[in-house]
Amino acid sequence: MAGLSPPGVLFAVLGLAAIFAPFMTLAANRIVAGEGRALWTLAAPQITGPGIALMLLGLALGLPAARPFLRIAGAALGLAGLVWLLVLGAASLLAEAGDYARVSPAAGFWCLLVVFALMMADALSALSPGPAARAGLLVLVLALIGALLWSGALSDLSIAQEFASRKDAFYSASLRHLGLAFGSLLAAAVIGLPLGVMSHRNAGLRRALLPVLSFLQTIPSLAMFGIMIPVLSWLSGVIPGARAIGIAGIGFAPAFLALTLYSLLPVVANVLAGLRTAPAATLEAARGMGMTWRQRLTRVELPLGLPVVLAGLRIVLVQNIGLAVIAGLIGGGGYGTFVFQGLNQTAGDLILLGALPTVALALISAIAMDILVEVTTPRTEREE
Amino acid sequence: MIEIDEITKLYEGTAAVDHVSMTVETGTITVIVGTSGSGKTTLLRMINRLIEPSSGEVRINGESTAALPKHELRRRIGYVIQGDGLFPHYTIAGNIGAVPKLLGWSRDKTRARVDELLDLFSMEPAQFRDRYPAELSGGQQQRVGVARALASRPDLLLMDEPFGALDPIIRARAQADLRHIQRQLGSTIVLVTHDMEEAIHLGDRVAVMDGGKLLQHGTPAEIIAAPATDFVAQMVGGVDRPLRLLSLIPVSDVLEDGAAEGEPIAPDTSLRDALSLCLWRGVEALPVADGDRPLGRVTLATIRARAAELA
Repeated sequence: MAGLSPPGVLFAVLGLAAIFAPFMTLAANRIVAGEGRALWTLAAPQITGPGIALMLLGLALGLPAARPFLRIAGAALGLAGLVWLLVLGAASLLAEAGDYARVSPAAGFWCLLVVFALMMADALSALSPGPAARAGLLVLVLALIGALLWSGALSDLSIAQEFASRKDAFYSASLRHLGLAFGSLLAAAVIGLPLGVMSHRNAGLRRALLPVLSFLQTIPSLAMFGIMIPVLSWLSGVIPGARAIGIAGIGFAPAFLALTLYSLLPVVANVLAGLRTAPAATLEAARGMGMTWRQRLTRVELPLGLPVVLAGLRIVLVQNIGLAVIAGLIGGGGYGTFVFQGLNQTAGDLILLGALPTVALALISAIAMDILVEVTTPRTEREE
Repeated sequence: MIEIDEITKLYEGTAAVDHVSMTVETGTITVIVGTSGSGKTTLLRMINRLIEPSSGEVRINGESTAALPKHELRRRIGYVIQGDGLFPHYTIAGNIGAVPKLLGWSRDKTRARVDELLDLFSMEPAQFRDRYPAELSGGQQQRVGVARALASRPDLLLMDEPFGALDPIIRARAQADLRHIQRQLGSTIVLVTHDMEEAIHLGDRVAVMDGGKLLQHGTPAEIIAAPATDFVAQMVGGVDRPLRLLSLIPVSDVLEDGAAEGEPIAPDTSLRDALSLCLWRGVEALPVADGDRPLGRVTLATIRARAAELA
């Protein structure tokens, strides 16, 4: 078995098993549970045949350990086969069903998607691409997905129909979600960075502040949103003009505030950890040569600690993109609106319309922030 | 001239440094030697006010160190610590140029100074300028640490166990380099160590400290020949004392006319090394020559007589 990539073998086994799982669901309308359809029952063999063949070839190319480029090609072929089957299968299934019928990807599709995506990631990590290559790759993947969505090839799918009937709501929810996640990140950074720097200098402040922030972090998210409602309702009542600038018990303000509070601990803790990365001897030397504390901060401690600080902001961003879904419960808007509407209507595809962009946003942010962390890591050796 | 005047540091009522006074002449190396807890590092760090004295004062060329803001004072005093403390994210040129940058030197002036110092420390500027500290050996990092402290031509260089992290061979080389560079530049250096050997080898003057007090301050010969207290005697080592004294005297001091068999030795060889060579070669006399020019010889009998004189 020498020469086989162990993950490649695992992907092949999982992929083969997933081929036998229901690939798509056909339902009579958007509410009822549908019936699962296996791959080979989607359409005529001349349509399913090439798709299945592409995926099998892809799984096979993923096996050789020494050839990462071959494995990347295999993952790309597999994904192409997957899209082919999804697009043509949906059209073929709808052609034989009634007017209100809906088709959605099912377990088989999602499993295969995960298998090929992991295969791609595994092969790419073997090549250990630099930050520029990773950024380029991210843009390329986003462009491909964008082109696929833009082309209308997927418009037969149930989730696309949910989108089509809520286009405007979707765009405003997207803006709101981004505003909640990035806005609270910005607010937490603006408050947390100086707090972190001050606690670094002042042990008393540090001892007082960190337990408070830890306590905030332990409040369950739903409870935190709940606490915000009476607090902000009261504030909007007693402060004149507060309601006019949007401060109210429900809506954007409490959601934003709760997310900001959650973000403070990771920001402050990582600023503290980052500022501690400078070696003690280096700081002693900096002091001894006559650097003021501000010079030590800006020339030594911050440059050396910046990657750790940014890693903290990465945690906060990804966390807030996920948590912002819950804002939908208290009228805060964002993708959570679709998730909770979907739950109420038992419309699974409406839930996905909220969940999928949230996941995609979190993934993209995580990758982009990782690239940023790497770019800002100060050089301590020449490049060869 | 550095004058340390009745300086004291109290920590919760206990004196870490207790009314210490001494004078350091310009262009000399003064080594403060003591065990850990003797107050030697506290004394050193009070000179550049990394530690504020509880009482007393330090004057550099007559001017009190308390007269300047701390960071300005420190920019005029070079400071070298154990384990170099280089900036890992600065190149070698950036590290050496750190103080000139703080002082607002022009880019060209700083660059010229960096190259000059690298040359002085036998490190090819073109090869080392753009490297990072992590790419250098321990000995090279230590040299960059000293070069950085000398960059702005400070009035005074403070060194806190500068060779403590080096292995014995590199350490001997670093001590010789320091001695050589100090002679060349005429720098004033105050160095702290726990190693009496290093103190005797490097110091023009040696100050022995214990329990926060200055026990004795004098030339290495004075310290070895006439230890002021039992503690100092213990530090300089009972049985080794004659040998240590001989190590301070060059053979040129006891040269006599005549010839001897074997490989000639240089006139600045110490009597201790000459004695060792006599024993090793099994001879009564060694020829002394300055390069190819014979100067005379040194005999075992004169070395013995000289040692007896000192005891």
